[in-house]
Amino acid sequence: MNASAEPYNFAYLDEQTKRMIRRALLKAVAIPGYQVPFGGREMPLPYGWGTGGMQLTAAILGRDDVLKVIDQGADDTTNAVSIRRFFSRTAGVRTTVDTTEATVIQTRHRIPETALANDQIMVFQVPIPEPLRFIEPSETETKTMHALNDYGVMHVKLYEDIARYGHIATAYAYPVLVDGRYVMDPSPIPKFDNPKLHRSAALMLFGAGREKRLYAVPPYTEVASLDFEDHPFEIQKWDHSCAICGSTESFLDEIITDDKGSREFVCSDTDYCAQRVAQAEVEK
Amino acid sequence: MYVAVKGGEAAIENAHRLLDQKRRGDTQVPPLSLRQIAEQMPLAVARVMSEGSLYDRELAALAIKQSAGDLLEAIFLLRAYRTTLSRYCVSVPLQTEQMQVERRISATYKDLPGGQLLGPTFDYTHRLLDFTLQAEGEEPLTSGGESAQPAPDEQVTITTSDPAAADDVPHFPRVLDILAQEGLMRRERDSAAAVPDITREPLDFPSNRMQRLQALARGDEGFLLALGYSTQRGYGRNHPFAGEIRIGFTEVWLEPEELDFAVPVGDIEVTECEMVNQFVGSKEEPAQFTRGYGLAFGYNERKVMGMALVDRALCANDYDEEITSPAQREEFVLMHCDNVEAAGFVSHLKLPHYVDFQAELELIRKMRKRDDQTRRGDENQSDSPAVMAAQQEEKRA
Repeated sequence: MNASAEPYNFAYLDEQTKRMIRRALLKAVAIPGYQVPFGGREMPLPYGWGTGGMQLTAAILGRDDVLKVIDQGADDTTNAVSIRRFFSRTAGVRTTVDTTEATVIQTRHRIPETALANDQIMVFQVPIPEPLRFIEPSETETKTMHALNDYGVMHVKLYEDIARYGHIATAYAYPVLVDGRYVMDPSPIPKFDNPKLHRSAALMLFGAGREKRLYAVPPYTEVASLDFEDHPFEIQKWDHSCAICGSTESFLDEIITDDKGSREFVCSDTDYCAQRVAQAEVEK
Repeated sequence: MYVAVKGGEAAIENAHRLLDQKRRGDTQVPPLSLRQIAEQMPLAVARVMSEGSLYDRELAALAIKQSAGDLLEAIFLLRAYRTTLSRYCVSVPLQTEQMQVERRISATYKDLPGGQLLGPTFDYTHRLLDFTLQAEGEEPLTSGGESAQPAPDEQVTITTSDPAAADDVPHFPRVLDILAQEGLMRRERDSAAAVPDITREPLDFPSNRMQRLQALARGDEGFLLALGYSTQRGYGRNHPFAGEIRIGFTEVWLEPEELDFAVPVGDIEVTECEMVNQFVGSKEEPAQFTRGYGLAFGYNERKVMGMALVDRALCANDYDEEITSPAQREEFVLMHCDNVEAAGFVSHLKLPHYVDFQAELELIRKMRKRDDQTRRGDENQSDSPAVMAAQQEEKRA
């Protein structure tokens, strides 16, 4: 399939729009964690289904790129399939499920388990880019709070969690402080993935289509999950290992296997799981 | 079981094939033509064009057909198409006072220049199912013995209260201009600023009225209706009178860069509503009424009335009114009035969230474990069934 069978521009968006997005991305990279407003377009997929991520992917994709799309860590979830197909249709780029082979990885809710390299770009789909939104619904207010570095309310919220539940009651979209300046929503990845943002070799781009904001974590940037000295940040742990590959280190999905409470745990990152199984075969 | 929650390309394709069948229905029944939809569902077409922000009857009809009558889906289809189109220029402001009026009413004056022209309307119809329409192919009865013009549209009865002869073109000055001449209506000032395009540049707060009116014109009819209604019930009351509602065709003029004069490019049908609202005044300034404004493509009366009420509510700040209600809060209204955005974000809940949910499960189990340990510590030995169950669950987990 050469380039595209559709009467649309390469990767759907027109070049003017791509240029506008790239300019916004440059600003985002220059100010790590800062939410840059951009003239988000209507995409042929619904808002909330990855339109922000898709616009960023469309803006950075070149003909030689190799694209991987995951949703919940898996390449074969319906929306990942749909977005991957969108780009192979409109851009004709090569796609892959192999994390190491991909040059651009668009994701929803996960960061791959396999370590990323500095020639790779992660593109996150973001529903609500504003980490303070659920504390302060007004954009005018939150913008001021970011400008004044006024993040007290966030710490109060985390403290209240500890007082009430004994833990910080945020399991995903866990807020981080980027480069010691901006509090950022890492998108609804489980907090398990937060440490992967810290000094990541790969460029991390975040796109919120409906809210028309984008932001970035450049390679090797300090990313700290918010916590307290006496309540340090910690990630999820399971008492189980993956039922397929036996990994004890990956994020696990719980599968209900009958109606009597039996369950199994398997890797959420399907490529990581498959690679481990293949590796085990070779070693045998 | 595990496979069932994941879907491959084949599953998606099958789902879309099924959707095609669902849309087409019984193949014994002839398919709807776009012409039929455009001609016989003009109000659905008008809504899709308005909220889709694209004046194209044929494409709106196509979108309605393709979406099996789901108008929000049709609006979305039209928007996604529109976003790929180039923007050549901004038109000259529409001169709606020069509209070829098909309907024009004012609730503020009994009679006025141009008169009250009822035109096609559902108003004063008795909402009784018309069983003559059920007998297909039959013409409906036109009501009354008045000068019923030959109906171009068989579903809408046209009566006109203005017996003006067709050849002398009636003039319909704007009702609010009449008030303005008397100094009773605040004149709107042209800021002469370039018109922003909210589909190209992100909305920023505080917004200006140009941005607000654009957002409202694209906004969901139901949402604006409900918010407008809420102002009537006291949540941001602004004492509205329907100063004027007019529907008809108006010319669109463009002034291309290479010319230094404007040229007409065609006619579009629009509905316009101007509300006469709560007066304002001070020691320095004599009291004046204020206005709420609504405009939409096609025949779209309910939409423009809701829009005008909400537009006025959102002007609260300009008139130093206390902002107490949802309809007056610009962020609340503008960030939530777009049904393509709203429908997208609500429907995204259908996407898999099992990673986040797993994260929550882990957390809630951890919290319960801790609570349970504390409780066991307190009660030392408890054999209450709840605790036993919790212990059992813990073991399983």
